[in-house]
Amino acid sequence: MTAMSRKVLTQKTLLARSSIDPESATNGLLVMAVFPAQAGIQAAAVKHLIPVRAGMAFSSKITCLSEKIAMSGKETEQWASRLGVILAVAGSAVGLGNLLRFPGKAAMNGGGAFMLPYFISLLVLGIPLCWAEWTMGRYGGNRGFNSAPGIYTVIWRHKLARYLGAFALLIPLVIYMYYVLIEAWCLGYAWDYLVGNMDLGNDPQAYKAHFNDFIGGNADGFVYEGGNNKLVGVLALVFGLNFYFIYRGLSQGIEAFCKWAMPLMALCALCVLVRVLTLDGDKVIAGLGSMWNPNPEYLWKPQTWLEASGQIFFSLSVGFGIIINYASYLKKKDDVALSGLTASAVNEFFEVCLGGLITLPAAFIFLGLAATQQGTFGLGFNALPNVFAEMPGGRFFGFCWFFMLFLAAITSSVSMLQPVIAFFEEGLGLKRHASVSLLGFIAGIGTLFCLYFSKDMLALDTMDFWVGTMFIVALALIQSLLYGWAMGIEKGERELHEGANIRVPHFIQFILKYVTPVYLLAIFVGTFITQGPDYVKTLKQGGVPVYAISFILAVFGLLLLLVHTAGKRWDQEGRFDRLPD
Amino acid sequence: MNPAGWTIMIVSVGSVLALTAYCFYRVLTLPPVEVTEHLKAPLDIDTGDTRDAD
Repeated sequence: MTAMSRKVLTQKTLLARSSIDPESATNGLLVMAVFPAQAGIQAAAVKHLIPVRAGMAFSSKITCLSEKIAMSGKETEQWASRLGVILAVAGSAVGLGNLLRFPGKAAMNGGGAFMLPYFISLLVLGIPLCWAEWTMGRYGGNRGFNSAPGIYTVIWRHKLARYLGAFALLIPLVIYMYYVLIEAWCLGYAWDYLVGNMDLGNDPQAYKAHFNDFIGGNADGFVYEGGNNKLVGVLALVFGLNFYFIYRGLSQGIEAFCKWAMPLMALCALCVLVRVLTLDGDKVIAGLGSMWNPNPEYLWKPQTWLEASGQIFFSLSVGFGIIINYASYLKKKDDVALSGLTASAVNEFFEVCLGGLITLPAAFIFLGLAATQQGTFGLGFNALPNVFAEMPGGRFFGFCWFFMLFLAAITSSVSMLQPVIAFFEEGLGLKRHASVSLLGFIAGIGTLFCLYFSKDMLALDTMDFWVGTMFIVALALIQSLLYGWAMGIEKGERELHEGANIRVPHFIQFILKYVTPVYLLAIFVGTFITQGPDYVKTLKQGGVPVYAISFILAVFGLLLLLVHTAGKRWDQEGRFDRLPD
Repeated sequence: MNPAGWTIMIVSVGSVLALTAYCFYRVLTLPPVEVTEHLKAPLDIDTGDTRDAD
């Protein structure tokens, strides 16, 4: 009797005890015997004595975990705690947009009047879309997939679905490439405050010049001229930190980090908030007025509604491909309704309660109305350092502010890596060290591209508009259609309430099916009409914007190729043939 | 700041704080998650020859 036969017989005996059909399992073992080198599903399924081919019945006594192993071919990662996943999703959503973009948008679009379309968008667009993403993610995860190409195909059994999933890989990957650079700016500024390098007096031009020198905004390729080694060092540190957390895995890396980073971020923000609100009383009230006094005329302008819905949309991180990936690590009975709402609420807390009370009022108190008209980076890196210089204890509060921005950025950037890692692992069968290395190589090229073409932040700005703005809306539209029309709202509602700790009103499903797609289409068209022509014009001039677009297309092409390879692999393994409805 | 500004600020910040507090109250007062039994015994047989299969 050969060793293999003995092993089969021994395992048959064990299977008989565990009530699994021995013949089916034997087939599985024979697969291993005939194709010992075949990767992934078969080896792992056989290892757990679970039949691998469609039609092989297996006992209902096998646990849910074993079902997931059988479908995915390996034990998937899972969140360690309920609060951990909420903080991880909230950490992904809270970023520079909450603290810098929101106050600027509100001030330029009617102040307090901006809050009406803002809250309507939150209720009609933001929170429902979050619920849809959480639901689809957990649904796909419980069928053995953690990456968007797989999850989309589970929801919509069509070959096109997996290729649509490439958008959900491209978006976080490309955004990571430039976001990690901004993250390095924040850490660099925090360090400068800590060691006392930011005492530049009260001349606004000095802060502008410092920013341009620091990021290399005056010329492309400043790194190679030895102009700014500090940024390169900080960038390397930040880049390494991100990959360290991602390499540690979901619960020991991302979740563990977010569990202390989010409260620390709130603490830093509260320190700055208390400082700002306890400055000269009349000036503080005037500063708050610059943010909150309503100008009702703006409510009649379509631009105000477009900006408000855009802000909600970008701020909640819907359409990034991140929530759907994070939710895929939930168990079947884990709540998504209350968790989704809580993550959105935390995001709103940082945006309205902290961003709305700190950034603009502080800038207005010291710099007047002109400070409120600056863009996101102008407000964050030029105006606020000027404010801290004039504020008692400014060095400490400057450090708190930029360290908080750094934490906000890194909790977001680390979340952008996970969807692609998940795809490399389950689609290409790579192990963690290989997938992290491959992703590090691709992301590193993109980040160096943005670092090199630093003049006027043209590369960063081009990538941010096409991928970080237009593609996100497109992906959210795709996901809302997948939820409302491919999955169906009846099934969606049922899935959403599986293990739910709160009841989501029924009308939300109709909003998701009919209102949200139209709303998203309006945002897409509106954003393109208002901002698109300028970007198209820059493309016609050639140079860096064209290089940036070419780079994005090259990455997209590579991802499509990888998705195609993964799809063929999944088809060969019959991964979609034996999924429950 | 005018009265309308005060009103909008208080309502906006108040509603967000109320929603956040409600959500955290609900999350933190939920009963602890039951640890599902990991039925490994007869199923977790390591034949040794599938190690590093991928």
